[in-house]
Amino acid sequence: MITVENLTKRYGGFTAVDDISFEVRPGSVVGFLGPNGAGKSTAMRMMTGLTPPTSGRATILGQPYRDLHNPGRQVGVMLDASAQHPGRTGREVLRVAAVSIGVTKARVEEALALVGLTDEEAGRRVRNYSLGMRQRLGIAAALLGEPQVLVLDEPANGLDPQGIHWMRGLLRRFADGGGTVLLSSHLLHEVQIVADDLVMIGRGRIVAMGSKEELLSRGGTAVSSTDDGRLAQLLQAADVPVTRTGSGLVVEAEPRVVGEIAARESVVLLELRSGGSEGLEEMFLGLTAATSREGDAA
Amino acid sequence: MSSTTTPSTAPAVGGTTGSAGTPTALPGRPGVPFARTLQAEVRKMVDTRAGRWMVIVMAALTVLILAAFVLWGPAEDASFGNLLQVSTLPLAMLLPVIGIMAATAEWTQRTGLVTFTLEPRRGRVVLAKALGALALGLVVMAVAFAAAALANLAGNGAWDLEVAAGAGLVLALLIYVLQGVAFGLLFLNTPVAIVTVLVLPTAWTIVTQVFSSLSDVGQWLDLDSVTRPLFDGEMAGQDWAQLGTGVGVWVLLPLAIGTWRVLTREVK
Repeated sequence: MITVENLTKRYGGFTAVDDISFEVRPGSVVGFLGPNGAGKSTAMRMMTGLTPPTSGRATILGQPYRDLHNPGRQVGVMLDASAQHPGRTGREVLRVAAVSIGVTKARVEEALALVGLTDEEAGRRVRNYSLGMRQRLGIAAALLGEPQVLVLDEPANGLDPQGIHWMRGLLRRFADGGGTVLLSSHLLHEVQIVADDLVMIGRGRIVAMGSKEELLSRGGTAVSSTDDGRLAQLLQAADVPVTRTGSGLVVEAEPRVVGEIAARESVVLLELRSGGSEGLEEMFLGLTAATSREGDAA
Repeated sequence: MSSTTTPSTAPAVGGTTGSAGTPTALPGRPGVPFARTLQAEVRKMVDTRAGRWMVIVMAALTVLILAAFVLWGPAEDASFGNLLQVSTLPLAMLLPVIGIMAATAEWTQRTGLVTFTLEPRRGRVVLAKALGALALGLVVMAVAFAAAALANLAGNGAWDLEVAAGAGLVLALLIYVLQGVAFGLLFLNTPVAIVTVLVLPTAWTIVTQVFSSLSDVGQWLDLDSVTRPLFDGEMAGQDWAQLGTGVGVWVLLPLAIGTWRVLTREVK
């Protein structure tokens, strides 16, 4: 269980995290979604006691992180998979953590097996690890103390599609066993695969949150036709809000409304369906564009 | 929607309340028992290639210098006390680096993200690093003592080390180790800390020698000169006072500022 209440972080005049509140309950895998620089990592560092909040508070299992007894046994944390000493072997990274957490060497081998790092890979220095292997090692370190809560920053980053599905299975089993998972991502499709529920953050604020189905169905109606430009004009003339996407239009109305207008005006529809991720994707892209670092070209 | 089990006002996402019962935190005092933190920190000092080679190089240099002294040095000087003095020359230079590397690794390699989430009370990690570096320093010194004793069998065989000089030598070297930890914490950057530890005291010595008006101050604030009586085992009243001020300025002050930095710095 993770509880975040009115958490805020300001750096001088810049507000990195702006009054966010949410609760992650046991049994769920929650995706913390937002573009780069939205404040995800800052929020996660505040949850784990690495960054003092300007105001508000975060508790894990009902306690502030810094008050937890042996936190490694209760909360598995991975904030940056590449933040490992390159001169240590993967196994040694876990053994050092095991000393601190107070678990046996046998548990280190278990954790390695759990994330699919072979004996030979575990004996290699982290310097020679791919990003995907570092992610697996970081997750092994997070799971080492058999915690009840996982806080993972961009855990799917650098994993191939197969790896992402593997992670989905791993986190699903963890949550089914009563665990609580919060993971961040800046990729919608990635988090769609791994998480059941979403908290979407942009420029430090929560812009949407709820179950994945609920958010996706909020996406309106997706439609494409042989003449999207004309259809958009007709819909706008009927006071129906329309957004253009790469593959067609997203309409904030029932499919029936769109279908009727199209039939009346003899527009040939190629696709008409409710929901879909377009609406969420649009919202997400809107956030990304507003904070884009690549300017108009993005 | 708010949870029924906590008076939280935060909106909830996912999962169910009540079905499996609300998991609670493990009982116990915050953080990790200190002995485990200390063990982990000592392990981290020697489990990387850089750390291990540091220790090996120090031991090897000690042995080489002793061998050279016994073979080619003036035979009448090859007594236990002198051999020990000679063997500790490289140690005075290299031991601070152990302390520096212990203090800076969490920040230069960003392993602090893991270390400080496993033990959020950073002061205890700092303490473990300082004690660990001192312990490792003692191990290296023990090797130097043993090597000097062996070399003395080949030397003139005179066991002339006074207890005061032996203890003073150990204390002086421990001060250098702690100085390394202090500068490491102060700069949180390995190269800058190493250069500063090696250059700054020497620069200070030169400055005090060039400007004669500073030479009185130098006697109190030059770490080289205040530790010299320690090596000789001739500490008198004023020597202790000078040692205190020198250590205060070059070790304790940076240690205090560095610890404050680690406690308040955001771990990224």
